[in-house]
Amino acid sequence: MMIMKHIKPFLALAWAGLLLLTLLAAPLTVAADTDVDSGQPTYDRGYYSRFKGKELEINVYNWGEYLSIGEDGLMDINGEFEKLTGIKVNYSNFETNEGMYAKMKSGANAYDVIFPSDYMVSRLIQEKMVQPLDFDNIPNFKYIGEEFRNPEYDPDNLYSVPYMWGRVCLIYNEKLVGHKIESIDELWNPEYSGKILMFKNSRDAFALALEKLGYSLNTENVKELEQAAQLLKEQKPLIQAYVMDQIFDKMQANEAIIAPYYIGDYYIMKEVNPDLSVYIPENTNIYYDAVCIPSDSRHKEAAEMYINFLNEPQAAADNAEYIMYSSPNTAAVALLDPEISGDKNLYPPVEELVNTQAFINLSEDTNLYIDRLWTDVLSQDEGYLDWVMPAFVVFSVAVLLINSIRKRRKRELNNGGLKNDR
Amino acid sequence: MKWYSKTYIGVFLAFLYLPIMVLIVFSFNDTKGRTFTGFTTKWFVQLFHNAAVMDALMTTLVVALVSSVIATVMGTAAAIGLEKMDAKLKGAVMNLTYIPIINPEIITGVSFMLLFVTAKKWLATVGINFQFGWATLILAHITFNIPYIILNVLPKLRQLDQSLVEAAMDLGCNPIQAFFKVTIHEIRSGVVAGFLMAVTFSLDDFVVSYFTTGAKHQTLSVMIYAMTKKRVSPEINALSTLIFIAVLAILVLVNLLERRNEKKLKQGMLKWKGGGVKE
Repeated sequence: MMIMKHIKPFLALAWAGLLLLTLLAAPLTVAADTDVDSGQPTYDRGYYSRFKGKELEINVYNWGEYLSIGEDGLMDINGEFEKLTGIKVNYSNFETNEGMYAKMKSGANAYDVIFPSDYMVSRLIQEKMVQPLDFDNIPNFKYIGEEFRNPEYDPDNLYSVPYMWGRVCLIYNEKLVGHKIESIDELWNPEYSGKILMFKNSRDAFALALEKLGYSLNTENVKELEQAAQLLKEQKPLIQAYVMDQIFDKMQANEAIIAPYYIGDYYIMKEVNPDLSVYIPENTNIYYDAVCIPSDSRHKEAAEMYINFLNEPQAAADNAEYIMYSSPNTAAVALLDPEISGDKNLYPPVEELVNTQAFINLSEDTNLYIDRLWTDVLSQDEGYLDWVMPAFVVFSVAVLLINSIRKRRKRELNNGGLKNDR
Repeated sequence: MKWYSKTYIGVFLAFLYLPIMVLIVFSFNDTKGRTFTGFTTKWFVQLFHNAAVMDALMTTLVVALVSSVIATVMGTAAAIGLEKMDAKLKGAVMNLTYIPIINPEIITGVSFMLLFVTAKKWLATVGINFQFGWATLILAHITFNIPYIILNVLPKLRQLDQSLVEAAMDLGCNPIQAFFKVTIHEIRSGVVAGFLMAVTFSLDDFVVSYFTTGAKHQTLSVMIYAMTKKRVSPEINALSTLIFIAVLAILVLVNLLERRNEKKLKQGMLKWKGGGVKE
């Protein structure tokens, strides 16, 4: 990196100058170009070495398997960030938005960087659990595509930087189905009975039923929700299993024929099982996972540096390739293999997204009501429940009775064995 | 052994070990899926390069070993105390002992979390910065491990011939010496069994760890659970294979040692019967 050595003093000067002049939101355009000689990404060392030797640590809380960790020749994002900045990354994982929310709410741990989905971002903003970002510290925000700025869940774009996005799709085995699928109704088709998979989480499952009914995915109308629940109950006998990660195995091994999941994951399945095809409904759910900084973060600037690093073109590109979800980072998309970035399912033209529906945060009452309906759906016609419980009670009572009778007999034998005539 | 009892044992063992065998086979599978396409050891290589999994493994092992050692010491002491109690008090304390076993794990986990959060707030008012992490995880694990130690050691204490301890005291031991010279050897198998059980439960635990884990380190179970939105990576299969082999090796070792000790004891007995110590 001979070039860097010469540039560094100038960079430092430039940085100092910027600070002095305090030019509003002047992003550093010197950074993040790829070094032509080595193909290695170059970083703005002046910016990234500010905390060197300070022994800082940040706690990052992310979805499982949602960050490139240096496999398949892709970048080890946390490792690279630690090398570059000297900031130690403590990395831990959550499994659902609600799990993450509960953990934050409990006050057990203070995190510095979290990855909530769209509706959870608005909930966290409402409850003042995330803090406004200083975009001067996130110059790479300039790479975020226009259509991903000021999203519905963060209208003034103060609290979040988009991380990944995608749509819910129907993944199906074209070879076994025998034709193209072009309707969401196929999830209710008795022909595929026992071969249909369904989301295990209430919000995603209800979204599909509401979509079939033509209602808004964010409806708070009790009647509409009950209708959706009724649909899900009707669907239940046809369902092989309510699953999340097992969808991969079941679809790859031809155990199931049709399943709703996230479009990025379809490509991971298709790599193993080329018989798979996909259908994306026009008014399907579109989701955005964002990056935020919780209010109780103690290293806000280091956290902003981390968010900035996630948006370095090469880092974001490797991340998008590892996860296979769509990146909102335009520079990263440009670096991707054309086969990926040219894919209409992953990177559709804007007009194709007009009718998609994003989740917004529902009221507490609605959330609870959906959960209750969902429990109701899942416990529907579990036939054995009707007789197992009474049988169990009868059995227990019988055991207790027999025991007490035996005990009494014993006592009688001991006390007055002579009285008993055999 | 009749043929049908052999068959029964065969079926039973297959029922127990087939799933593990399947897992081991797939940890050598070339692709990420349930169709075997080719043999590879790349998952094992990747596993050792995967800092996150390695850190989780380290956390899991440290928590399991530290909590089990502490729980073994505390539980053994508690068992000796229980043995000396009068019947009524013993019954009451035993009922308390059963609580962590009978209680649904989720309740144990949530209660721990609430307890530690409260402690954190109190300590913060005094100016002590207490964070969730090693301490919370290990404390929680010690708590649910202690009952297993007590339940393993108590029967051994009941079998213990008290006159041996009294003889040791007669010959000039103080109670502590008597414990280390006599009692500990007599109850050793119970202590070891309890310790191994505690390690197993601690390694296996997800629910309690989920609620008491800190931001710096997570246990393997928490990490694997978080993978369920995307997919559980085959490296985890590879790791499970390694853990299975390690556990098997430990069990074989423990059994061999026990055998050897028994042999030694028998030989000692014979010698003693045959006329004392040889010059």
